[in-house]
Amino acid sequence: MSVPGLQKERIIEYLKQGKRFDGRKTEEFRNISVQTNISECAEGSCSVKIGKTEVYAGVKMSIIAPYADGPDEGTLSVTLELGAMADNDFDLGAPRIEAIEMARVIDRGVRESGIIDWEKLCIKSGEKVWQVNLDIYAINNDGNLFDAAALAALVALSNAKFPVYDIEANKIEHKLTDTKLPLVKENMSFNLTIHKVGDQFVLDPSLEEEEISDYRLSIALADNKGEPRITAMQKGKPGAISESDMEKILNLVESNFKELNKKVTKIVWG
Amino acid sequence: MTKVESLYKKRSDGRKFDELRPITAQVGVVPSADGSAMYQSGKTRAVAVVRGPRLLHPKHMENPQRGILRVTYQMMSFSVWDRIKPGNSRRGQEISKVSEWALNEVVNLDAFPNSVVDVIIQIPQADAGTRVAGLNAAAMALAQAGVPMSEMVCAVAVGKMDRTLVVDVDKEEEDFHEGEGPTDVPICMTSRSNKIALLQLDGKISVPELRELVKMAREGCKKINEIQIKALREPGKEIKG
Repeated sequence: MSVPGLQKERIIEYLKQGKRFDGRKTEEFRNISVQTNISECAEGSCSVKIGKTEVYAGVKMSIIAPYADGPDEGTLSVTLELGAMADNDFDLGAPRIEAIEMARVIDRGVRESGIIDWEKLCIKSGEKVWQVNLDIYAINNDGNLFDAAALAALVALSNAKFPVYDIEANKIEHKLTDTKLPLVKENMSFNLTIHKVGDQFVLDPSLEEEEISDYRLSIALADNKGEPRITAMQKGKPGAISESDMEKILNLVESNFKELNKKVTKIVWG
Repeated sequence: MTKVESLYKKRSDGRKFDELRPITAQVGVVPSADGSAMYQSGKTRAVAVVRGPRLLHPKHMENPQRGILRVTYQMMSFSVWDRIKPGNSRRGQEISKVSEWALNEVVNLDAFPNSVVDVIIQIPQADAGTRVAGLNAAAMALAQAGVPMSEMVCAVAVGKMDRTLVVDVDKEEEDFHEGEGPTDVPICMTSRSNKIALLQLDGKISVPELRELVKMAREGCKKINEIQIKALREPGKEIKG
């Protein structure tokens, strides 16, 4: 999307007074809604909406040989599609660099948080481990796909159950067990993307805010006894963060963490 | 339908042989698109989005006489039990093309030279009949987008399990291998002129049986069309049938 210069000026002017075009405060999220089990053939699946932005996510389990540096550990693979379905500006065909970046940031957020108990995904040391395939699709883009996709990843994981595995025949059956994936709730980290627009910082950006922002900072946050623990970060877009801006961002993280963590925890674990 | 001896005596979900699965249809499911719709038949669900008429890239595809229609059909990786690798597949490309030919029969883009209307179809959950569900959703999305159309299209997969003729084949039926086995016939029809805009078949079938199946598909399509029209009259509302 392209935002005309006049509109950009007006958005920035408004933000200076703490106002946004849709009536939200700078640190206010739109309504979040979740629907689980959108595919009965997935081990876990969901749709997540933040306002009008919507993504689908699904987990499929497969069995692979472990990596040499982790013979007893399961693995994770994350893909993300920003296809023509979701936005007039997204192309058909080859993945956009934005999709690759987003998938990798989400991958790191999940991986580094320790939410998955990797050793419990080991079937036979050095030979067979479970791989968690997490595939995310953008359905409608109205800003902040980043946080929506990361949240959908968590919801799909928390709902996923192992498929029935016939160890003798080495075959995954077409049905699920009652056993959920080995997740460590306390280690959950969620993604919070902050955009700098003009000289203000906004959470849950609209399409226009995303387009005109100087930079974005995505931060994966876990709960460490009520305090935020940062498990992954990514600065996106060309702009650079000044010393005083970094301080403002960290303050913003500290002041919003508790409420957001509560909200996300409720969405992901019920 | 005449009675024949067949090993396929009863449908596992209790449907009559000429009965469609329960349908849910909804128009306007993707707000940023020019038109969008969801069509669900049993467990098979398709979401279709229309974007355009808009500028066409790559430029060499442009037609100065009229706009072109471009259909992209894709199954989501987790829509079936055995994960599908995300991205383009040969199957997806073929289905996109036959769907494009079907929709082209009713879409008229003479007023939009050099431009393109993109139809994007995604399948989040599959239980056979995904291409026909995709076409039913796509037709509603095109209508909602206001793309000029001479009539609607509606589609259903009819088939034959051993010697029993059925409407709206599900996955379990596709896998019925007793006797003459399964024959799967996806058909897309135009809603007024009753032309066949998509026809594929794999299996084994006699001419009289195929003749009967086409008739059954026509009946099924009539019901589907009624639901499409209801859904188009009330965008945003889930219509069941």
